Amino acid sequence: MKNWQKHLGLLIPLLVIVGIVVGVRLTDKPATREMFFTVLKAIALASSLNIILGYTGYVSFAHIVFFGIGGYVGFYFMSVHGWSLWLAMLMGGLAAGVLAFLLGRAILHLRGAYFALATIGVNAAVQAFITNFKPFGGPIGMTLNFKIYQQYGGAAQALEMSFYVLAALTLGVVVLSYAIRMSKFGLGLLAIREDEDAAEVMGVIAPNAKTWAYVFSAIFPGIIGTLFFFKNGNIEPHDAFPLASSIEMIVMVMLGGQGTVLGPILGATVYQRMRGSLLTSTIFKNIQLSVAGALLLLIVLFVPAGAIGWLRYRFPVLRRVLQ
Amino acid sequence: MILQVRGVTKQFGGLTAVSNVTYDLPEGQILGLIGPNGAGKTTLFNVINGVYPITSGQYFFRGQDITGLKTYHMARLGLARTHQIVKPLNELTVRENAMVGACFGHQGHNLSRAAQIADEVLEFVGLATRADQLAGNLNVAQKKRLEMARALASRPYLLLLDEVLAGLNPSEISAMLETIRQIQVQGVTIIMIEHVMHAIMNVSERIIVLNFGELIAEGTPEEIANNEQVIKAYLGDPKLAERLLRQEN
Repeated sequence: MKNWQKHLGLLIPLLVIVGIVVGVRLTDKPATREMFFTVLKAIALASSLNIILGYTGYVSFAHIVFFGIGGYVGFYFMSVHGWSLWLAMLMGGLAAGVLAFLLGRAILHLRGAYFALATIGVNAAVQAFITNFKPFGGPIGMTLNFKIYQQYGGAAQALEMSFYVLAALTLGVVVLSYAIRMSKFGLGLLAIREDEDAAEVMGVIAPNAKTWAYVFSAIFPGIIGTLFFFKNGNIEPHDAFPLASSIEMIVMVMLGGQGTVLGPILGATVYQRMRGSLLTSTIFKNIQLSVAGALLLLIVLFVPAGAIGWLRYRFPVLRRVLQ
Repeated sequence: MILQVRGVTKQFGGLTAVSNVTYDLPEGQILGLIGPNGAGKTTLFNVINGVYPITSGQYFFRGQDITGLKTYHMARLGLARTHQIVKPLNELTVRENAMVGACFGHQGHNLSRAAQIADEVLEFVGLATRADQLAGNLNVAQKKRLEMARALASRPYLLLLDEVLAGLNPSEISAMLETIRQIQVQGVTIIMIEHVMHAIMNVSERIIVLNFGELIAEGTPEEIANNEQVIKAYLGDPKLAERLLRQEN
């Protein structure tokens, strides 16, 4: 087999992201760009969550906590210390990674529902802490001085730049997700997902593997948190830690197909587009989350493998392309 | 000696599942481990390969003190096992199942080498045609062979087989026994728990017997078959009726 053919599974994920960027570039309308900003963000968050949820089989029910903590830490360095976006994003990713590492050591020995419950507790605890943490502005949060955008060529340019930075980050997440899926480390994670006891008996050092999976799933949400709130201009506790977004992330992963590289990309795109039209419809605009809930119920009941999982199962010939 | 067990005891609360077991296992042997239900055989396996921490005692693997090591460290030292209740990685293919053994066993191969080893091992246990199927779709006999394949893919020094013959029909049993002999020929030391007596008598060089967690007998299959204590453990006291009659008179 030729070398590039082995990595056919990366082709569609890359095409989707490049397609979004080229499409936005061609239409050149800020509204379209902003819409696809949310789509890319959803793809990146869902693909990150998939590393712990889909590959390792641990339901992180409050994954948005890494987005929030990364956002807060990065924002703090930008607004208080005047750091550049790049260094701040680095700090945001680092903060999320360190939090995941510590949490992993503390709660990843819990299995099944207990781990999911613990993650919800963590989200609540971190949010409560931030709300009362004076250096981060307490309940009021923090605001960026508008002047900060000047070093990026003004506010409009900063907005546009954020889109391309996010596209690059999303590309990074997808390549990371694919690399893990195709690696020995990834095989160990899948073994843990299927039967943790059996995996350990075969020599998979589950405590370490799970912790690293959790860290890898947290770093990019942290970086993206910094970027998102940089673009937003201010940060508040309830914006940074919305539990509903965590659930939406899970819906996206499940919809597209947990444990596949392409699944979260497809799920995030479809869900985000659906959410957009629901929010603008007169009937659904206030109850769009209940649609997410119903959707999750239907997936779990009827297509637990998600769209890509189902396709892989039904059409084994597609397996090489649909990773 | 590949494995030295020194006074190993395992208690669960008030229950002593394994009591002060001492045994030395020379390299290259097939050792049978028998005993009535609940005698502590599987617990002894779980203790040897680090699934349960032991209450007291010590054990050595290839001269190294391995007391208190976790099961994944044991695997990486070259100790592999199969499970009495099979634990296939259902959503992975049969080949990927075996690859996990090769990747994370004591040789720690990379993925492409692991795939080669997996294919060799699947050929050896007779699952080569199933390599691309999901493990969850195998039948029980095939799942038992998969357990074996995963363990062998790690190229272990010592292999613990927990009732690999249970639930197999006579022709499957003789095929499996042949496989076990071939594994021994390759230089792997084997401890096997088994209830199929004619099979274990046939294949093991020595046998040890557990009853209520204690090692009550040790010897060749012939010695074990004629050991009074063993017969008592399995069938009850053969002279009990005689003694009761004498008491009445």
